[in-house]
Amino acid sequence: MRDVMIIDTGLANVRSVQAALERVGARPRRVSQPFEIAAAEFVVLPGVGAFGPAMAELHRLGLAAPLRLRALSGGPLLGVCLGMQLLCEGSDEMPGVRGLAVLPVRVARLPAGIRAPHMGWTLVSGGDRPSHAYFAHSFAVAGEDAGRLAVSGWQVMTAGHPRPFVAGVQRGDVLACQFHPELSGDWGQDLLDAWLNGRTQEVAACLQ
Amino acid sequence: MPAVRIIPCLDVRDGRVVKGVRFQDLRDMGEPAVQAAAYADQGADEIVMLDVTATLQGRLARLRTVGQVRRRLNIPLTVGGGVGDAAEARRLLENGADKVAVNSAAIGRPGLLTELADLFGRQCVVLAIDGRRDPQGRPLVLSRSGSRQEDLDVPAWARRGVALGAGEILLTSWDRDGTGAGYDLDLLAEVRAAVDVPIIASGGAADPGHMAAAAKAGADAVLAATIFHDGSWTVGGIKQELAQRGLEVRS
Repeated sequence: MRDVMIIDTGLANVRSVQAALERVGARPRRVSQPFEIAAAEFVVLPGVGAFGPAMAELHRLGLAAPLRLRALSGGPLLGVCLGMQLLCEGSDEMPGVRGLAVLPVRVARLPAGIRAPHMGWTLVSGGDRPSHAYFAHSFAVAGEDAGRLAVSGWQVMTAGHPRPFVAGVQRGDVLACQFHPELSGDWGQDLLDAWLNGRTQEVAACLQ
Repeated sequence: MPAVRIIPCLDVRDGRVVKGVRFQDLRDMGEPAVQAAAYADQGADEIVMLDVTATLQGRLARLRTVGQVRRRLNIPLTVGGGVGDAAEARRLLENGADKVAVNSAAIGRPGLLTELADLFGRQCVVLAIDGRRDPQGRPLVLSRSGSRQEDLDVPAWARRGVALGAGEILLTSWDRDGTGAGYDLDLLAEVRAAVDVPIIASGGAADPGHMAAAAKAGADAVLAATIFHDGSWTVGGIKQELAQRGLEVRS
């Protein structure tokens, strides 16, 4: 059974992620201590809430540095929604605040004049298993930044609302999703299962 | 752009799914977790659970029910019904709700919407509005499960609610609820013109035609209870019909 440490900043709702991990046979636990990240086999950085307060909380708990180190060294890590955004350099949501800077891009507000928040099931296409994934967000990495991510070795998946944005990235065992795999039906569940069992090719098949 | 969401609604009282007409004459329709899982298997895109149980004991039971539903569901869960403050919303989220719907409490204290948006993000905050047309045809807001009419115009309240922090509107037509006469499309169009957040249309759906019409009138999601509970339609059956009409649905 896989032990999975879910970063609990007290700000994010982690129950859905926890339930999803249990459904794929893992043993999730909430953690908020730096040493627990270093020792963990799998780490999930969930995300509901706002960029500024979440980064402040990661720094206050001493989690920012170990998370960054883990992501850069390729330790199994899953960032979900805001959790993906926190891995970026910064966000228009809180311009002065620096992110974990694992992904060499910034997060931008979704363009004006569209339905916002982007909430619902949007097609993520291009891979072996094109599917709808569940999104609930107002900020995202713009599609134009996909190239910069690819140069750094990240597999990039995009979706449109209606303009392209980065829906997810993967490099080895590090996976970051703007959508919620824990709420994305059987497809999302398969993605979590593949990530947990190191089947990175299958993760990539979902993501490409 | 997202696919049209098909949302079965579980009206829960004392731990059981119930359904009535215009919020009255409730009939027992089964266990929430079992019903929710069955709808998810049919292809539901989200589950809305509205629990109107008001007693303290009922509230605690409701948290358990939310937890049970959560364990079974790999799709989003929205929970509402008498949510009065941020503490109650937090308990629901902690037990497995992804979004919380507020109704009467926000009418009494609109600042609650801002409080919830600041704490949990606006994508977690659903403003539920029950609307009824007065004899002049003006859509007015109802509160307390439809028992009290407020001096509030539905589109204006929707606009204010979104400005304060609501990330989605759950719009129920009291006139149509449980009647099978179709959604109130005019009301939907009026609210669509007032806000840019997603709208869930509710009240009156009897067939896919009603749902297609609601989507065309500006609904991002369509909610129904009776037609799913009594087995006259499955979610999959609805989706097939909508796809044939050229609407994007999640398969």
